[in-house]
Amino acid sequence: MERYRELRRLVHDPFLLFLVTLVFALLTLFIVYPLVRVLTTSLFYRGEFNPKYFLQFFQRRYLIKPFLNSLTVGGLVSLLGTLIGFVFAYAVTRTDIPGKSLFKVIATFPIISPPFLIALAAILLLGNHGLITEFLRTRFGIDWDIYGLPGLVLTETLAYFPLAFMTLEGVLSGIDPALEESALDLGASRLRTFFRVTLPLATPGIASALLLVFIRSLEDFGNPIVIQGHYPVLTTQAYLAVTGMYNLPLAATLSVILLVPTLLAFVLQRYWVSRRSYVTVTGRPTPSSLKATTSGLKWGLFAVLCVLSGIILLFYGLVFYGSLTRMWGLDNTLTLENYRYVFSTGLDYLLDTLKIAGMATPIGGILAVVIAYLVTRKRFPGRGLMDFLSMLNFAIPGTIVGIGYILAFHRPPLQLTGTAAIIALVFIFRRMPVGIREAVAMLQQVDPAIEEAAVDLGAGFSRAFRRIVLPLISPAFISGMVYIFVRCVTAISAVVFVVSAQWQLITVALLHEVDNADLSQAAAYGVVIIVVVLSVILLLDNVLGKMILRRWQRVH
Amino acid sequence: MSIEVRLEGLTKVFHSHRESVVAVDLLDLQVERGELVTLLGPSGCGKTTTLRLVGGFEIPTAGEVYLGGKRVTHLPPQRRDTATVFQSYGLFPHMTVFENVAFGLKVRHLPRDEVRRRVREALKLVNLEGLERRYPRELSGGQQQRVALCRALVIEPRVLLFDEPLSNLDAKLRVETREQIRRLQKELGITSLYVTHDQAEAMAISDRIAVMSEGRLQQIGPPYEIYAHPANRFVADFIGRANFLRAVVVGAMDEKLAVELAGGVRLEVPFVEGLEPGTEAVAVVRPEAVDILPEGEGDVTAIVVFGHYTGSLATYKLSLPSGETLEVEVLSPQEKGFLSEGTRVGVRFHRQSIHLLKE
Repeated sequence: MERYRELRRLVHDPFLLFLVTLVFALLTLFIVYPLVRVLTTSLFYRGEFNPKYFLQFFQRRYLIKPFLNSLTVGGLVSLLGTLIGFVFAYAVTRTDIPGKSLFKVIATFPIISPPFLIALAAILLLGNHGLITEFLRTRFGIDWDIYGLPGLVLTETLAYFPLAFMTLEGVLSGIDPALEESALDLGASRLRTFFRVTLPLATPGIASALLLVFIRSLEDFGNPIVIQGHYPVLTTQAYLAVTGMYNLPLAATLSVILLVPTLLAFVLQRYWVSRRSYVTVTGRPTPSSLKATTSGLKWGLFAVLCVLSGIILLFYGLVFYGSLTRMWGLDNTLTLENYRYVFSTGLDYLLDTLKIAGMATPIGGILAVVIAYLVTRKRFPGRGLMDFLSMLNFAIPGTIVGIGYILAFHRPPLQLTGTAAIIALVFIFRRMPVGIREAVAMLQQVDPAIEEAAVDLGAGFSRAFRRIVLPLISPAFISGMVYIFVRCVTAISAVVFVVSAQWQLITVALLHEVDNADLSQAAAYGVVIIVVVLSVILLLDNVLGKMILRRWQRVH
Repeated sequence: MSIEVRLEGLTKVFHSHRESVVAVDLLDLQVERGELVTLLGPSGCGKTTTLRLVGGFEIPTAGEVYLGGKRVTHLPPQRRDTATVFQSYGLFPHMTVFENVAFGLKVRHLPRDEVRRRVREALKLVNLEGLERRYPRELSGGQQQRVALCRALVIEPRVLLFDEPLSNLDAKLRVETREQIRRLQKELGITSLYVTHDQAEAMAISDRIAVMSEGRLQQIGPPYEIYAHPANRFVADFIGRANFLRAVVVGAMDEKLAVELAGGVRLEVPFVEGLEPGTEAVAVVRPEAVDILPEGEGDVTAIVVFGHYTGSLATYKLSLPSGETLEVEVLSPQEKGFLSEGTRVGVRFHRQSIHLLKE
């Protein structure tokens, strides 16, 4: 009865009805349908049910090996990244070391830059013609390079520890220092206090960080494609299955295999670990107590942070330096030739990227705010489903999304492959969840009576939304758009499948140069990407008067 | 008189994943034109849900809502001719006072001059002239409340809905504002539905009070009626203070009933429908409907077990021979002297004020 009435009510609010229908249509077409195509492609062969690659899973090395490799890398990166993240978070929240804000800024570098820049830098240093590799070879005759497991672990750890850091910083700063003080006051040693009070309270946060970093590592495509050597992982293997073997059923199967652990970790993190948190966020900053650490520990932590931040700075510095050399490792004379190339031959890539970002950003931003509003504030049949579907791509590796899009949109009636639209759509539906979460968080701060008053006074849905809701959550709206824009300029894993000769992206151009072994040229692309991203963030940061990064951290 | 609001069998069930809560249970209610009806009850009794069902913010599980004779159950808030004064005011924080009040008029596409004129008049009505350019955050709580009222009044709705509008004000301002609301409501003759949990507020402001408990309507009537002739124990207990004394009806005359209280006291009290001689009943005795006299006088002798002095009043708890406790309020205690615990006193019941309930 009530359901029926919700429906009838919808009919009397035509714009709302239109929006709900539109959003469901879009979610079905651009999120559900591609996923279904991946699943059916992996299960059917020539029109018949035949999950042949699943059946061969344990016999075929090219199936089981990347799976085990992905898990190995994921496990190691998860452990190391969380450990480093914890050290950073502990130092920042529990000591008064100098330069805290600088450390925080440095730790966000890998988040806003394309993560695979770290891999590029690692190769500049430790690859075939890397500075250290050459040094070892000429001085000591040691022939060693970083490709394979060590390279993957090193680069992904550096790329994804910031995620653990942000998660744990939130958790640790939420633990009232009075608890630690009480323990000390009751006669516990500092060590005992740490292990019996601080660590147990942070355990849910640590578990959360472990799972989040694990997911990121499994999904990572950019770093492995650059540095994996002869150590294939699922994402790169699926990519090769598409581009090298034109074997879409194999690619689909590999991506479904990738989906299983990722989704498992996501579900664990979302529905189990995050519910176990002891930390209640009050939004009231507690004056931090610094008594729980000795000065020896403090300076020890400081040293560790300096070293790690130094490595990050060194890596990014190397990319900059490399971009100014003629041919890294072979001819290290300085030149601006690579930049000339970026802005001549490579200009198309840059412009394509900006055009596509220009399409995806406003559409994604508006769609995110609309969905957030509908699911938090409106009642209609299927509201829970809309919430779930809109967040689905957040939990799904880009590789699957990319493969799903080529499977779904490579023939009429909706032939989109080769267009700019398909790239923009990938960005919109993959990056929208962050915008949605931000808008939801902000809407929850807004008294519902404000919108109710607008509707009560006779404003229809459209007017209430434009005149009341949108102005009130504009910071979330803008920052959601900035996030989509930044990802347009930096992301690779999903879109690598849908770029075409007509429409290219700057990140893909960078990978091509790595493929051609022109590391200097690749570095120049990397620097241009960073400059574009930083200028957009800094520009809008001033406009908003708030740290956009801070906001992302909260919803990530 | 024409009926402006009619609720028929209105029911609202909220489902959470564990349980279902019946917030409003088969509610029937009518509000006449120009009348102010209060929905009164403890928190969780369903009064606010009822108001939200009338405003269109909730969709009823069953039952119908009629406004001005038209069924509106299926209409969203913007298509209903109601305006709400919200508990939290719901002022638009990014708009000035003027823009807030003008919002509903602009939605109706009125000419600019008329909007300006009507906003001015409405602001004048609630004494807010000169604050047009202020933002809500620059106003005091009382001023914000008046902006909310003004914003609802200005669109001249068929029915004005108040959702605990005074609960965010301090005690003194609350009394002032409720007088202002009542005066405006009477002057403009606006049909109003008013939600509050404050019984004094309800008594002071209402034409009729609808007492609710656990989603059900317990009694509806003018304040006097509710206080003097509560329909049941809940209403008697919730409105004002009440002693409940065990009684047996021993005789019936025209307009009078003879009862015997538990201690053997015989009284003649106002007639109540449905109580035959021989039935057990409960006598509702208000604390002010009892006189304290020297020992030996009055209906019965009692002992003071507890005394409590608050300036204008003295409250005593007396122990009756039946073992029951009687709470008594004495006005101007300084004239009568304060009784210490253990004092034996005479008690006289005001027959006219005693109301019998079926047990």
